[in-house]
Amino acid sequence: MQQEYLLEMRGIDKAFTGVKALTKVDFSVKRGEVHALMGENGAGKSTLIKVLTGIYHKDAGTIIFDGQEIAPKTALAAQALGISTIYQELNLVPFQTVYENIYMGREPRTKVGTIDRRRMIRDARQVLEGMGIAIDVQEPLRRYSTAIQQMVAIARALTINAKLVVMDEPTSSLDAKEVQVLFDVIRRLKAQGIAIIFISHRLSEIFEICERVTVLRNGELAGVFDIEELDTQTLVNSMLGRSFTNAQRSKGGYAYDEAEELARLEGISWNVRLNGIGVDIKKGEILGLAGLLGSGRTELCNILFGSEPPDDGSIFWLDQPGDIRNPRDAIRLGMGYCTEDRKVEGLFLHLSVKDNLTMAMLPQLTKKGVVQKKKQDAIVQQYIDRLKIKTPSSEQLVRYLSGGNQQKVLLARWMCMNPKLIILDEPTRGIDVGAKAEIEALIQEFSANGISVLMISSEMEELVRNCDRIVVMRDGKKLGELTDERITMDDIMDTISHGASAILLAKEGEQA
Amino acid sequence: MSTGPVNPVSLERPPLSDTLRKQSPVIMLGTLLLINAIFTNNFFTIDIVWLIIIQCATIILTGMGQTMVIATGGIDISIGSQMALAAVVCANMLPYGILPAIIAAIIACAVMGLISGFMVGKLHVSPMVVTLSMLLFARGVAQVINDGRILYIDQYKNFEFLGQGKILGELPMQIIPIVLVVALVYFIIEKTAWGRRIQAVGDNPTAARLTGINATGTVISAYVLSAMFAAMAGLVLVSKVGAADGSNMGRLAELDAIAAVAVGGTSMAGGRAKVMGTLLGAIVMQLITITVVMNNIQYEYAQILKSAIIIFAVFIQRESRA
Repeated sequence: MQQEYLLEMRGIDKAFTGVKALTKVDFSVKRGEVHALMGENGAGKSTLIKVLTGIYHKDAGTIIFDGQEIAPKTALAAQALGISTIYQELNLVPFQTVYENIYMGREPRTKVGTIDRRRMIRDARQVLEGMGIAIDVQEPLRRYSTAIQQMVAIARALTINAKLVVMDEPTSSLDAKEVQVLFDVIRRLKAQGIAIIFISHRLSEIFEICERVTVLRNGELAGVFDIEELDTQTLVNSMLGRSFTNAQRSKGGYAYDEAEELARLEGISWNVRLNGIGVDIKKGEILGLAGLLGSGRTELCNILFGSEPPDDGSIFWLDQPGDIRNPRDAIRLGMGYCTEDRKVEGLFLHLSVKDNLTMAMLPQLTKKGVVQKKKQDAIVQQYIDRLKIKTPSSEQLVRYLSGGNQQKVLLARWMCMNPKLIILDEPTRGIDVGAKAEIEALIQEFSANGISVLMISSEMEELVRNCDRIVVMRDGKKLGELTDERITMDDIMDTISHGASAILLAKEGEQA
Repeated sequence: MSTGPVNPVSLERPPLSDTLRKQSPVIMLGTLLLINAIFTNNFFTIDIVWLIIIQCATIILTGMGQTMVIATGGIDISIGSQMALAAVVCANMLPYGILPAIIAAIIACAVMGLISGFMVGKLHVSPMVVTLSMLLFARGVAQVINDGRILYIDQYKNFEFLGQGKILGELPMQIIPIVLVVALVYFIIEKTAWGRRIQAVGDNPTAARLTGINATGTVISAYVLSAMFAAMAGLVLVSKVGAADGSNMGRLAELDAIAAVAVGGTSMAGGRAKVMGTLLGAIVMQLITITVVMNNIQYEYAQILKSAIIIFAVFIQRESRA
C-alpha cells in the first residue's frame, strides 16, 4: 500500500557556522497535491528546499521520500530519486533548441552511440503537447517568452520522471494569462499524481492553485493549513507573526486637472512593441502603467529614460522638447530608473553598498575627479538609516543583501539625486511582504514630496493601492486611463479585455 | 525568494573564505619568502631587493595597465608588442633628444591603445580578438620601423641611466616609474570617480549605462592607459638592455602581466580591481624565478611552478556559487 505522504521531512535542523537557519522543521507533502511553502525572505524556505534537493546537507532530522529515508548529497542525486526543481532563474541554455534543453545531459543515443536527435525531437514534442503547449521544438529557446521557457523547464523535469516538482517563484516573470497556462500545466501534473511544492509571494495564486500551505517563520514551522479553512488575513499573520491589515487604497483627491505637467510622450513608436502611444506625467503624481506582459510598458520606460531611441514620436520635458539621447541626458533632466531585473540591469554585485548607492551621484560627489569620502559616507549613512537598509556596514558587498534591501539600495541611488521623476519597473518583485510595505510607503513619500512616480507592476493590487492614475496598455497602445474611484481591479481588467470599446465609449461620453 | 540571501549568515558578514581569498597574494608571498628563508642561501640580502625591483619593473608596469583593463571586463594581450613598439620608436627618436624620444614612444602606444579601446568599447568587438590583432599589428609596425634589425643605443649614456642607473646610493632607477605608476593607478581605482566607473562597467555594463556612466569612454580610457604603461615598460627595458629589438622585445610579457593580475585577486570577469594585489602578484611571479635560479634548478621548472601558482590563485578566487 502506498503511503499517504509522498514526502515527509521531520525535525530538520540546519545551521550555518552557528547561525540557525532551520530549527526542527516538519514539512510533508501528499501525493498529487499542490503544496504552498510560504514565508518572508529569510524564513528558511530556500534552505529547506535546498536541504531537500541535496544542495545543503541537514544537521539533524529525517527525510522520507516515497517510503524510503533519503539523504541526497547532490542535486543530481535528488533528481535521480524523482525530485526536480524549477528555479526562478531558469537553468536553461537560451541558444540551444527547445528539445536540446529538455534532454541536456542525458541525450538518448542511437545504436552507434551518436545522439538520437530524431527521438529527442519526437519525444520533446510529445511531452510539451501533453502539457498543452504546441511550439516548434527545433527553434532556439530564446525565441520564446519566459513563460514558454518555464514550460520547457517543467517538461525537462517531467522527462526525468519526477514524482515531486519544486517550483520556486515560477510566476514572478509571467503575466496573468501565462500564469493561467502554468496553472493548467500544474493541474495536469496533479492529475498524473505528481506532487508540487509551490513557492510564490502572490497570495492570490496560493489560494487559486494550492491545497495545503506550510508557513515558515524565522526558520521554524509557523503553521500548516488546508486552503479551505484559510483566509488571507490568517496567512499573512502567520507569515509575519504580527497583525497586518491589508493596505487599503488611501489615495484620492489628487487635483489632477490643476497639476502641472512634467513630461509628455507623444506618438511613440518603437519596433513592433510600441505603436504611437502618448502618455503624460504630472508633477507629483503616481502614474501606473497596467497591462499584460508584452504590452510595451517596460519599452515605454526605456524610451523615456533614453535607453532606447524611439523610431518615431517625441518627448517633452516641462513642455520643452526633451533632448534625451541616452540615460545620461535623462538623469541630467532629473530622472531615475529602477529597472525590472535588479541583478541584470541595476546592481553592481561585486561592489559595495556604498558604491552601488552613490554610483549615479558620483559627479556631484567629486572634486576634480576625486571622490570626497566624507560627503559620500554621510549621504550613504543618511539613506541606510532613512530606508532602514539592513547591512552590517556600507562597505558590505551588495550581493550579500536580501532582495528587499538590494531594492532599497537602488531606490536610494536615485533618491539621493533629488529627482523629479522616478521610474519603477516592478519595484516589489521577489521581495518579502514586510519590505514590500516599506517600499510602497516610500513611493507615497516620493509623491508627497512632489516627485513624480511612473510605476509598472504586474500585481494589479499594488497599482490599485498606490496610483493616482493608471494608464492601461495593450500591444503598445494606450487603451484607457483610470482615475479616482475607477481605479479598481475590475476596471483595469475590463479595460485590458475590452480596451477598444472602452475608448469608444469614453469618446462618446465626451461628445454627449 | 531566491533573490534573498543564500543563508542567514551571509546577511551578517561574508564567509570566512572571502577573507582568505582577499589575503591570498600576501599568503603566497609569505610562503615564497619562507621557502627561501629555509632553502636559499644568502637570500635575505639587500641585493635581492634591488634585483627584484629591477626585474619586476616591466611586470609591475604592464600589470597595472592590465589591472584596469581586466577590471572593465576586458583583457589586453597586446602589451608585449606595445613594449617592443615603444622601444623601437624611442631608439629611433633618440637622436632628437631623450625627452622627445620618450614622449614619442608613449604617444605611439597610446594611439594603439586608443584603437583597441575604440574597437572594444564602441564597436563591441571581443577584447581577446581586438588585442590579439593589435599584438600582431604593433609587433609588425615595430619590425617595419627597425627593418627587422636590432638598433643599438649604447651611445646614449644618459638614456641608459633610466634602466641601469642608481639613485640614493644603491636604489635602482626603476623604482621611480614603479612608484609613480602604482601610486597613480591606486589613486585612480580607489579615490576617483573614474576608478569606480571602471569597476562598475566591468561588473555590469547594462547597469552602468543606465546609471549614466559613459561606458564607451571608460573602456577606451583603460586601454589607452594600459598601452601607455606598456610603453613605459618598453622604455625601461630598452634602456636596461641598450638595444631595441622589434622582433623579440616584450614577447610573452602579456602572460606575466595577466598572471600578476590573476594572482593579485582582480576578478578575471571584471568588476573588481586589486591594485596592490597586482603589485604583490608581480613580485610573486618574479620571486619564483629568482628562487628557482638561486637554488640551481633549471629555469624550466620555474615556468611549471608559475603555472601551478596561477591556477591555484584563480581557483581560490573563483566565485563561490550562490
